[in-house]
Amino acid sequence: MTAITARPAGFFRDVASIAARSVRQLPRDIEFIGPALFIPVFFLIVNVGSLQNVAGFTDIQIDYKAYQLPVAIVFAVTGVTRAQALVLNIQEGYFDRLMLTPVSRRALLLGHMAADFVLVICLSIPVVIVGFIIGVRFPTGPLGVVVFILIAALWGVAYTGIPYAIALKTGNPGAVNSSFMLFFPFAFLTTSYVPVEAMTGWMATIARYNPVTYLLAGLRSLFIEWQWDELGKSLIAIGALALVSQSMSFKALNGRVKQK
Amino acid sequence: MATARDAAVRAQGLARRFGDLDAVAGIDLEVEPGEIYGFLGPNGAGKSTVVRMLTTLLAPTAGRAWVGGVDVVERPGDVRFLIGVALQEAGLDKKMTGREVLVTQGRLFGLTRAEIDRRIDELSPILDMPALDRLVGTYSGGMARRLDVAAGLVHNPKVLFLDEPTTGLDPPGRVRVWEEVRRLNEEMGMTLFLTTQYLEEADELADRVGIIDAGKLVAEGTPADLKRSIGIDVITAHIDGDAAAAMDALAGIEGASSVDQFGSEVRVSATNGGRLLSPVALALDRAGVSVRELAMRTPTLDDVFLDVTGHHLKAGAT
Repeated sequence: MTAITARPAGFFRDVASIAARSVRQLPRDIEFIGPALFIPVFFLIVNVGSLQNVAGFTDIQIDYKAYQLPVAIVFAVTGVTRAQALVLNIQEGYFDRLMLTPVSRRALLLGHMAADFVLVICLSIPVVIVGFIIGVRFPTGPLGVVVFILIAALWGVAYTGIPYAIALKTGNPGAVNSSFMLFFPFAFLTTSYVPVEAMTGWMATIARYNPVTYLLAGLRSLFIEWQWDELGKSLIAIGALALVSQSMSFKALNGRVKQK
Repeated sequence: MATARDAAVRAQGLARRFGDLDAVAGIDLEVEPGEIYGFLGPNGAGKSTVVRMLTTLLAPTAGRAWVGGVDVVERPGDVRFLIGVALQEAGLDKKMTGREVLVTQGRLFGLTRAEIDRRIDELSPILDMPALDRLVGTYSGGMARRLDVAAGLVHNPKVLFLDEPTTGLDPPGRVRVWEEVRRLNEEMGMTLFLTTQYLEEADELADRVGIIDAGKLVAEGTPADLKRSIGIDVITAHIDGDAAAAMDALAGIEGASSVDQFGSEVRVSATNGGRLLSPVALALDRAGVSVRELAMRTPTLDDVFLDVTGHHLKAGAT
């Protein structure tokens, strides 16, 4: 029988191994997934229930339920990451065990993000189903639904750089938990409730610089017709966020894995 | 002397400073391929810091080190293919099953699933096989410790670093790890670098022992040679009262190779301790020294430790 010897697994297999491990753990973190699902559904129902009639005074071109569904999706996918699991791995020493393997250091982060992509898609589907139940329809058809979920998932993964950067920089679960506060300006200083035109001056100015504004516009366009310019702008907004947040996360990763 | 290329582990002036603290203050050591090297020292002596430097987790502030002839700072990625490691704190994810830990570990070392399954079978003597599909969070400390050791072995490393592998294990668990260490060394020719604070563990397992205290390597050799350096027999007298009077009484006693005092313990080393036992008792009695306990034994590594550092390996040890 030949002796078993270690050899390079390859970058993609490293990513797949870390992602598979991370995905396998998702059902074991039900206490974390439960609230992540409850909050967007809650906001969707409450926002529609309380603001639907008021929204009639604004220049919203679609049904208010459809107007709110992208907001719920953004709530579902933003800041929902495996960063908390990663920081626990750092604290419990499992991260050191991974560091003692020849795994590509970038794969450590990309594997977690691949799992995040799966997670945010899993979270988006029930929210979209609730949307269907309350009467939201996609004139862009089934492909519109798929694009809707994919754009949301891309946004979710782009945002993960922030909690991962905090996790890797601090190694502190409390700091990672607190990072949800960073989501507030993104989520509320935008067109969550009314269009930019209906906002007061300062709020409209901030909303115009908030990438979520363009994300929401792209997602909402799918309730009207295929509007490639809106979809393009939403992808640019996602790319801009990804550039900033993932630069932070990979810089934090380099700091964490460097021999000190 | 072996060169960096043919030694399994070699350190040259290896040092690590944390702020003002010299955790490791320039260590030279060499471990031959196929050797079990015991790194013995009390808590805080610098054992784990040395292991973390040799296993690429921590950069030295001075000196160099090689594992399998590969520089740990210049080529850490290559070193990782050669080594298996079980650190002092079991590095496990509580939300994974034991099998998932081993499979993930194997995959990251490029093993196929069939190879990983074969290795799990081969490692079954130290694993709790019935518990392998349970979450690690449900494991006892001993089970987790053995899984951690097994995780360090999945990829069949050439050099295995075990940082206090039996700390926290019950006696049967400790014996299982010892047996596996011996088997790995004898059947597979694996080199083992083992840190421990247990004298009997170093004595039982190690071909050679390095004694570290306050970041410095203070003695090195086979357990037998180290003990022989103390003398063939050791007579220890635990006294109440004036230790200086006891030392005066025993000074120049015929047949003693050395007389030392460590707190309330006076130690006489001799090539024939049996013949010296009565003269020692009489000398102390004549000097009016109250003797609480007088005993003769062969030297232990703790005697060696006491000899080279001036204190016992463990506080309160006698």
